[in-house]
Amino acid sequence: MAKTQGKVHSIISNLVLVKVEGPVSQNEICFIEENGERLMAEVIKVVGDLAYVQVFESTRGLKPGMPVEFENHMLEVSLGPGLLSKNFDGLQNDLDKMTGVFLKRGEYTNPLEEDKKWSFTPLAKTGDKVKAADWLGNVKENWLDHKIMVPFKLEGEYTVVSVAPEGEYTILDTIAVLKDKAGKEYNVTMVQKWPVKVAVRNYVDKPRPFRQMETGVRVIDTMNPMLEGGTGFIPGPFGTGKTVLQHALARFADADVIIMAACGERANEVVEIFTEFPELQDPRSGRSLYERTTIIANTSNMPVAAREASVYTAMTIGEYYRAMGMKVLLLADSTSRWAQALREMSNRMEELPGQDAFPMDLSAIISNFYSRAGMVFLNNGKTGSVTFIGTVSPAGGNLKEPVTESTKKVARCFYALSQARADSKRYPAIDTLESYSKYLEYPEFIEYAEKNISGSWIDDVNEARNMLVRGRETAEQIDILGDDGVPLDYHVIFWKSELIDFVILQQDAFDNIDGSTSMDRQQYMLNKVLEIVRADFEFDSFEEINPYFKRIINGFKQMNYSEYQSENFRKFEAEVQEIVNERKR
Amino acid sequence: MNTAFQKVYTKITQITKATCSLNAQGVGNDELAIVNGRLAQVVKIWGDTITLQVFSGTEGIPTNAEVTFLGKAPTLKVGEDLCGRFFNAFGDPIDGGPAVDGEEREIGGPSVNPVRRKQPSELIATGIAGIDLNNTLVSGQKIPFFADPDQPYNQVMANVALRAQTDRIILGGMGLTNDDYLYFKNLFDNAGVLDRIVSFVNTTEAPPVERLLVPDMALTAAEYFAVDRNEKVLVLLTDMTLYADALSIVSNRMDQIPSKDSMPGSLYSDLAKIYEKAVQFPAGGSITIIAVTTLSGGDITHAIPDNTGYITEGQLFLRKDTEIGKVIVDPFRSLSRLKQLVIGKKTRKDHPQVMNAAIRLYADAANARTKLENGFDLTDYDRRTLDFARDYSNELLAIDVNIDITQMLDTAWALFRKYFNRSELGIKKEIVDEFGNFPD
Repeated sequence: MAKTQGKVHSIISNLVLVKVEGPVSQNEICFIEENGERLMAEVIKVVGDLAYVQVFESTRGLKPGMPVEFENHMLEVSLGPGLLSKNFDGLQNDLDKMTGVFLKRGEYTNPLEEDKKWSFTPLAKTGDKVKAADWLGNVKENWLDHKIMVPFKLEGEYTVVSVAPEGEYTILDTIAVLKDKAGKEYNVTMVQKWPVKVAVRNYVDKPRPFRQMETGVRVIDTMNPMLEGGTGFIPGPFGTGKTVLQHALARFADADVIIMAACGERANEVVEIFTEFPELQDPRSGRSLYERTTIIANTSNMPVAAREASVYTAMTIGEYYRAMGMKVLLLADSTSRWAQALREMSNRMEELPGQDAFPMDLSAIISNFYSRAGMVFLNNGKTGSVTFIGTVSPAGGNLKEPVTESTKKVARCFYALSQARADSKRYPAIDTLESYSKYLEYPEFIEYAEKNISGSWIDDVNEARNMLVRGRETAEQIDILGDDGVPLDYHVIFWKSELIDFVILQQDAFDNIDGSTSMDRQQYMLNKVLEIVRADFEFDSFEEINPYFKRIINGFKQMNYSEYQSENFRKFEAEVQEIVNERKR
Repeated sequence: MNTAFQKVYTKITQITKATCSLNAQGVGNDELAIVNGRLAQVVKIWGDTITLQVFSGTEGIPTNAEVTFLGKAPTLKVGEDLCGRFFNAFGDPIDGGPAVDGEEREIGGPSVNPVRRKQPSELIATGIAGIDLNNTLVSGQKIPFFADPDQPYNQVMANVALRAQTDRIILGGMGLTNDDYLYFKNLFDNAGVLDRIVSFVNTTEAPPVERLLVPDMALTAAEYFAVDRNEKVLVLLTDMTLYADALSIVSNRMDQIPSKDSMPGSLYSDLAKIYEKAVQFPAGGSITIIAVTTLSGGDITHAIPDNTGYITEGQLFLRKDTEIGKVIVDPFRSLSRLKQLVIGKKTRKDHPQVMNAAIRLYADAANARTKLENGFDLTDYDRRTLDFARDYSNELLAIDVNIDITQMLDTAWALFRKYFNRSELGIKKEIVDEFGNFPD
């Protein structure tokens, strides 16, 4: 099919109107040619013979009359071995392949390596009946089994005509030939393309999540658990530790693949990831963390239109690895910047604005995106999952703004970061009582927890939560009535809740040991703390209570800083026990 | 540019307070033009209709004004000769000196490829403990002072600039009062550092829209020194609130739908483009940005400080501590996001824990003060935290402190010993043993 041509008609910042000489489709990709540079753009509206396109680059120097060529496809990504340990921009250009210190306009690079050989092992055999996303073979990508699949775009059932024997192949070599019902043959390579704005739906079933996704962060795992295939969001004013928390999740979460979309955020934060991750070890595999990580970096100073694309690019790569039966954790920081990119464009198109000048369909766009996460049963009965956690940067820290409210409707976990906690350096600054995980109520998870954590786990967690609520209430009473205006019990309750806060909720993300806590250890520590919460103590005056609990907290903190069940750990545990025995009734 | 064949247009079809429109062909987006002798820039092309933003305003522009297009975006001539000079927003000298000869570069150039950046790791010491101890600055960082208009932010910023060990200082002044302009000029002159400094100044006397060029001018100069000459460059931008105000004037005149606080919907991207120029280059050069964002009544939820806070790597708050009668760097609301890269690594290893413990105790003192104000009895611990807070504020947080970081840490330990026992600090035992000097 011949490509449709056009000419630039009007320019308003990065919105360009193109007079077209043929058919165009919504979301079609086109290139504007300016003095030898080809600028990529996407159709976002068509009126008569004028196509409105958003340009993914600076439009400086663009003039009316410049030629435009349409590509007959939507924005697509290349999927194949070699996606891990990469730094892509929002359009999946490999940033490391770009020349020069500064980004050059119109420079697009291949996300994968065409000449690299991968060692391929066939999984399917001649005569097998297969459909889209079925596994044909396996290559080792870092230490992961990367499945070569029937391309997602193929519809219906196919018969395997041949599969390449075990050996070394490049991504462009044919590794299988398939035949459709009409007898037409298709050559399959290791690489396929998929339009990012379309969800990959080649699975049998998408059940409710039930398995816990361990993150190593106690306030999440213990108090507000995230599940495999679950969705969550982290709203918080600036300076409350959103990014530190996301990085902690990226480091310690029990996932096979981590995809981080740095969407309209600081470039130095991306630098931190690719500087530190290669040095850090995955506690489970013992390999470098970087080997399981892909970064989609569209930082705040990069073109705005590509920001929107970046989250979709990330999600599509996530869905691709999910189809291989992997546990994928997708982190996007921050979805508000993506919404702002939508707002800028909607404003330029002079659409009628919704609340805070955001486009009217913002809520629909967000819920559509979150719905792409989830755990699925694949064609072969195995499971794969995309767990999605997005941060939201509410304007002015006000949670009643459109992005936060739209996200709240769809995300199942809500991790509220609190300015007050951040101010008093109680990190991570997640306010446990404001936050929730709907999964705590899922019968599927309750059953899982009973079997895998402990029989009384959900009850224990709720007991700790209740203590925190009572602690907060008594703190208010003490503030109103004064230290000596309330019964001694009030002080004890308050300090028991502080004990939970300091020992369970607060965690030093920068400490080698305290930074990540295994579920095992979390269960052990919660039990230890609850033993004290349940105990009765003897005090003569309220002035004794504060220093006494501070000593207990100090002992527990030293435990948190020690290797689990090490000599030091036991020593501090014994010390805590001694202090407890002093006053326990 | 072919000046010999320059077409002159004389038919303006529309004039607003900041823009005028005319029919013309072959004009590029962002291109500069001269309208009746005034500099203007293309902001919109609709078919043959070109809309120009006239920087100094459209007062007195007739419909038959002469318009010529320059065929290029705004530029700055860069070179060694920039040093010691003062320029206006267009890069023209305002100090009476000759025009600068150098390579002409477009301002507002492309972004650094994130993978070519290096992780910032060099500490910038200022001697101010409120900054060095609690909110350590790192080269390649971008950080604003959030301050009310009556606070001495320009003085503190100038102090930081003069004490910091950098090769070059670039001042971008937006809406500076003439008095403040002269303050900077005299200060740099008297300190004998004028040859290290380049200034781009838009005073309150110049039209506000001109300010929009100042940050890009300053940063283009900064990139020249940091990239071409591998220098450590410190860029001072004051006051970014006035810059954002100018943005809102322009977007309003162009009939754009305002978002929060009548700011344009693109405010975040506009500010990010400036602040993200802060970078550590692999070849050793760096650009560090210290800016000022003035607040109205301390309100940080306003769109300007709010968007700024999401972009910059922390913020520094100044506050008057009435008890000691000095201006301090507020330890609660200030934050340097990059401090983790240097504290305890480039400084003594007890730094992170000492910092956190002191702030926690200072927070306890704030609680005790609330109790006191509400008329409740104080515990012994409460009284000790209050005494600690007063000394801490005076000896460490006040902006007139000028000591090195090791002295700051020793001062903090001395205060800990004076008012608290070991278990009240919540610091790792090994650290207390090594640096605490507590009598056993």
